[in-house]
Amino acid sequence: MPVALDDRDRALLAGDAGSGTAFAMRLILLAAEGLGADRLVPIVGAHVDSCLYHGQATLDFVHRLAEGGTRVAVPTTLNVGAVDLLHPELWRGDATAAARGRELMAAYRDLGCRPTYTCAPYQLPFARPTVGEQVAWAESNAIVFCNSVLGARTERYGDFTDIAAAVVGRVPHAGLHTDAARRATLVLRLADDVPAALRTADVLYPVLGMVLGRRAGSAVAALVGLPGGVSEDRLKALGAAAASSGAVAMFHAIGSTPEAPTLEAALGGQAPDAMEEITLGELRAARDALTTGEGGPLGAVSLGTPHASLDELRRIADAMDGRRPAPGVELLVSTGRDVLAEATAAGIEARLRVAGVELLVDTCSYLSPVLRPAAGIVMTDSAKWAAYAPGNIGREVVFASRADCIASAVAGRVMVDPGAWGGA
Amino acid sequence: MGRRVSAIAGAALVLDEPLSLWGGIDPATGEIVDGRHPQRGQRVTGRVLVMAAARGSSSSSSVLAEAVRAGTAPLAIVLGVPDLILAVGSAVARELYGIHVPVVVCPAAELVRIRTGDRIEVDA
Repeated sequence: MPVALDDRDRALLAGDAGSGTAFAMRLILLAAEGLGADRLVPIVGAHVDSCLYHGQATLDFVHRLAEGGTRVAVPTTLNVGAVDLLHPELWRGDATAAARGRELMAAYRDLGCRPTYTCAPYQLPFARPTVGEQVAWAESNAIVFCNSVLGARTERYGDFTDIAAAVVGRVPHAGLHTDAARRATLVLRLADDVPAALRTADVLYPVLGMVLGRRAGSAVAALVGLPGGVSEDRLKALGAAAASSGAVAMFHAIGSTPEAPTLEAALGGQAPDAMEEITLGELRAARDALTTGEGGPLGAVSLGTPHASLDELRRIADAMDGRRPAPGVELLVSTGRDVLAEATAAGIEARLRVAGVELLVDTCSYLSPVLRPAAGIVMTDSAKWAAYAPGNIGREVVFASRADCIASAVAGRVMVDPGAWGGA
Repeated sequence: MGRRVSAIAGAALVLDEPLSLWGGIDPATGEIVDGRHPQRGQRVTGRVLVMAAARGSSSSSSVLAEAVRAGTAPLAIVLGVPDLILAVGSAVARELYGIHVPVVVCPAAELVRIRTGDRIEVDA
């Protein structure tokens, strides 16, 4: 079925708004055909991941796209880049690579994108679409948060299609932009042997996300058995993990996410394809699989993947309580520059600095060469960090709760408390 | 795959498992670098890359475009299911560099009969 175009679509395609915008329109049409869309629909915003440098081709692309004075058509935020532009002294890599990373980040800003450089745009009041609004978001954790927690609608946009949608202001009418694709087809219920204490512990959520991703693949699942009103930070951790172990772009947490006040609502009144249980044993195994190395000294602790919220920064400052990491242990927290500005105004940044915490913005410690090259294990409370860092930066990882990570940083050795897990 | 004047032909490299190009190949060399992939160390350059499905990050679009720029890309990619990420990477590379790496879908029953080294012709 051909994609129906209106007069505006055809004008953009013909180059009326410049050759770069016509290029963007060709990419959106390619996506529309690939997704089987009947037409394009307008969006109210975009979040763009293309600003992360992946070689000269990524620079060649944005320069071609900019030809003819191209500007984004809707409010657009930017995902992380290669470099922390506010703390350039943290870069430990090659100077040429840093310069190219910076050039790409600037080129996207120059298209009219807001230089947020964060993987958690949903923490920014000006970048939160509301239930039912159509947007084009990239970055897998942001996509799953947008669909699941905000109830706004995005497909899985990524390199090149994200900025093309922002420039055109339209997306294919297909997939998660439509009602039919958003209902749950799989029900996952926490088994009775999962302790109540674990259901209300931060550490459950990234681990549950790993299981969700593996069980659901690209399907939309409904999670049953969590307490109601799960916090956004916990849903962030859950979704980020699910999008790294699977291709999850949306889930429903019954009683917490806006399209799932009840299981019946999440299912859209239809029967699911499958109903399965998640046992404590499977959760423990998923937790253990996130740890790649037990032996050796503790070299660093990395928190804030996806980027820490203001509340998470406050909790880290409270937990440090004036203590500092042990000598030789680096404690690094990644966040967004806009959240850091809020933390600075609230006096939280100063408390973190006094406690010897390093703060990274605009990028991520599994992408950018920022950790001290010292040997040793890295501890993290992020399943996504644990999943990607060994391959990306070659470090061994111990996954644990944020409280364990902070206690270990202060003690200078790995300490993991299995209490919430029923003692094992 | 039909025969046309504008066809690309080359030797197949059949992947035993899906590969994410991002983190999976080094675009500077065309080599498979994913430590968990059974064909790590093989080069995709100049081959017709055959896999049941693509996998992983949307950054694979960028990696394919960069491999085309660097001259390390496959001649063509044959998949068992459509993959928009690779199709977009191919379209961008064609626009920027005028080099076309077709990304085509082949019925699964035909795909499983392809062996590494077979000469494959793909519509361009």
